[in-house]
Amino acid sequence: MPCVWHKRATAVVVHQVAERVEALGQFVMKTRRTLKGHGNKVLCMDWCKDKRRIVSSSQDGKVIVWDSFTTNKEHAVTMPCTWVMACAYAPSGCAIACGGLDNKCSVYPLTFDKNENMAAKKKSVAMHTNYLSACSFTNSDMQILTASGDGTCALWDVESGQLLQSFHGHGADVLCLDLAPSETGNTFVSGGCDKKAMVWDMRSGQCVQAFETHESDINSVRYYPSGDAFASGSDDATCRLYDLRADREVAIYSKESIIFGASSVDFSLSGRLLFAGYNDYTINVWDVLKGSRVSILFGHENRVSTLRVSPDGTAFCSGSWDHTLRVWA
Amino acid sequence: MAGVRAGAQMPHLSKMERVVVSMQDPDQGVKMRSQRLLITVIPHMVAGSDLVEWLIQKYCISEEEALHLGTLLVQHGYLYPLRDPRCLVLRPDDTPYRFQTPYFWTSTLWPATELDYAIYLAKKNIRKQGALVGHEKEHYGQLHRKINHAWDLVVTQAREQLRAAKQRRKGDRLVMACQEQTYWLVNRPPPGVPSVLEQGPERSSCTAGQAQMSPQGLPSNCSPPGPFQTKNIDFYKREMELCRKALGRARVKSSVCLEAYLKFSSQRELHDPIMSGCLPGNPWVTDDDTYWTMNAPSVAVPTKLRVERWGFSFQELLEDPVGRAHFMAFLGTEFSAENLSFWEACEELRHGGQAQVRAMVDAVYQQFLAPGAARWVNIDSRTMERTLEGLHQPHRYVLDDAQLHIYMLMKKDSYPRFLKSAAYKDLLAEAVIPPEAKKRSRLAHRVFPFMRKLPHSSPSPALLPAATAGGPECGEGGA
Repeated sequence: MPCVWHKRATAVVVHQVAERVEALGQFVMKTRRTLKGHGNKVLCMDWCKDKRRIVSSSQDGKVIVWDSFTTNKEHAVTMPCTWVMACAYAPSGCAIACGGLDNKCSVYPLTFDKNENMAAKKKSVAMHTNYLSACSFTNSDMQILTASGDGTCALWDVESGQLLQSFHGHGADVLCLDLAPSETGNTFVSGGCDKKAMVWDMRSGQCVQAFETHESDINSVRYYPSGDAFASGSDDATCRLYDLRADREVAIYSKESIIFGASSVDFSLSGRLLFAGYNDYTINVWDVLKGSRVSILFGHENRVSTLRVSPDGTAFCSGSWDHTLRVWA
Repeated sequence: MAGVRAGAQMPHLSKMERVVVSMQDPDQGVKMRSQRLLITVIPHMVAGSDLVEWLIQKYCISEEEALHLGTLLVQHGYLYPLRDPRCLVLRPDDTPYRFQTPYFWTSTLWPATELDYAIYLAKKNIRKQGALVGHEKEHYGQLHRKINHAWDLVVTQAREQLRAAKQRRKGDRLVMACQEQTYWLVNRPPPGVPSVLEQGPERSSCTAGQAQMSPQGLPSNCSPPGPFQTKNIDFYKREMELCRKALGRARVKSSVCLEAYLKFSSQRELHDPIMSGCLPGNPWVTDDDTYWTMNAPSVAVPTKLRVERWGFSFQELLEDPVGRAHFMAFLGTEFSAENLSFWEACEELRHGGQAQVRAMVDAVYQQFLAPGAARWVNIDSRTMERTLEGLHQPHRYVLDDAQLHIYMLMKKDSYPRFLKSAAYKDLLAEAVIPPEAKKRSRLAHRVFPFMRKLPHSSPSPALLPAATAGGPECGEGGA
């Protein structure tokens, strides 16, 4: 299997070019907003395209939409299940999707009508046979991609709830997914408890590439902004960069003092920085090109469960088991 | 058995254990000494400050990080403070700590059984009446009710353990009591203290699913509808297919790929607000959202950086509504605007609702592909033939080939011309370069963040039918 010789040749390839890259200066990022309002662990968050609103979900079933710039809560709904591990904002900004231990993904239209109960217009879209771990709208409000503990990913039509395509291949729970920012293709990457990251063709349902170098569950995957590579964060305390054209791992971001799993990763707008939230309550900032750590951010009082850079790259938001979300800039 | 499971599911435990083992190395480890506790002398103690120093040296980290890591070791019960055992924190002073015995390591004994906990509480209760604190009393009561049938066993065990302990030296007895107490502080934390052992919903892993042969008679295209793939014939067929694909795939040299990252990231560095800042100022830092107003999706006059980005890639241009609008206007001057309209219609089809697929395919055909269509697009004959064939069975991807053809046409032909056109050059020249916002009094910003007027809100996209279009605001808002 090709993956076997990858393991032997796992020299951190990115070092080849590292010398030519200027080191980054002193890095200062602080918490600029703290969002308090969840009564329990925050498990997932997503940004709205307007660059300031976010949706977050927690263990007690609460899903909240915030204007994180003003820290006002704008919507709140309580799901009929606990551990809402996935949530996503629709591209239009007019709806949110969420799910968790209910094995479903539901879509809630956002309404400002005081008389209307948000839960009343809820639409049940996806049905899996195990927990929902991740969900994402595709380029429009009308399709949703889901990942589940039942080992599959699936693409759904929101309006009818029809299953458009399913993706089989993971040998265990799928924990995360990310859509490729590609101009022509329809692909996405998923990561799971089988330690594999798999790239899928949305149209055919086929796996087009697979990578297996992590030593433990892959909690998070995120594409490099050009779409030619993706990063992953795993319980083995490392983040790795996989290049799609070279078809191999090209960098490992790790440090001996980092022994807790990475739960969530995302790139800065230029792809130069990789932000990773860890189960030891910290956020490490990595220089993607040099392979070294730029900074470590303290602040959360329990594990960081979710982390996303804002759509225009001005900040990133982290959610934690300490019940809060923080916006850093 | 339980230990194996714990180690596999929580890899950080074995890593922490490696750390404490190397801390106890006679040559390279932390300096050990004996400490007097009341009238007994306890050997093999380490001072908090020595632990921190050792971590700093060993891992080349800052004091803050060493303290943080050390505290996690204490919170997971691998180290315990002898004097104040309930306070699971690492103090960078001469506070004495001891290493937990491997017998009580989280990975060895996890998960802690109710029976063991009952015995521990019973021991405490017997040894000294009223020694149980609040939550322990509650748990004791609950356990008494729950395993009432086995309570005699609990009490017998407790007495037996206490008797055996009395035969040890006072120093050893004290140490063992501390070790046991630490174990239970970690496994049954008092209310208000989050459990460090909580992992979230259970996950199944590869090791759980052993290779199984599929039942006889199952057709090859039918995999068992179980929670995850058993490693049957289908699984291996898929693996082989993946390998075959991988072997046949043209690979690019990693050095070439890395060059591409270098180029991409350095090109975008000035456009990355976290790397280079943004003008007039980062809203999250200044509490002023002018930056967003000036970069609104449909602003009248785009900023210079934004117009520059349209030159980075065709995708970048199309993704920006303002860029796309200008490109459409340019195509109009070249009488090829139907190409972009066709591409947009195909995108709508691909990402639209399932129920609309048939109607949309039809509409696109009528408008762009039918002979004599009002906005006929010029596709090569082979693609056109294939597309028209496919229209008999319309689905959302039926126009993919035609869409790709037109996309590449625009990308290779119209787009480069657009970038060289006078129109684009004018846009660059007229684009706005926001001035840097006036620096506020740094003291006021830092000392009185809450005395400032709250930043004003923006309407949610859900409130309005379309994205707001606003001119840049004058002055600074929200101060």
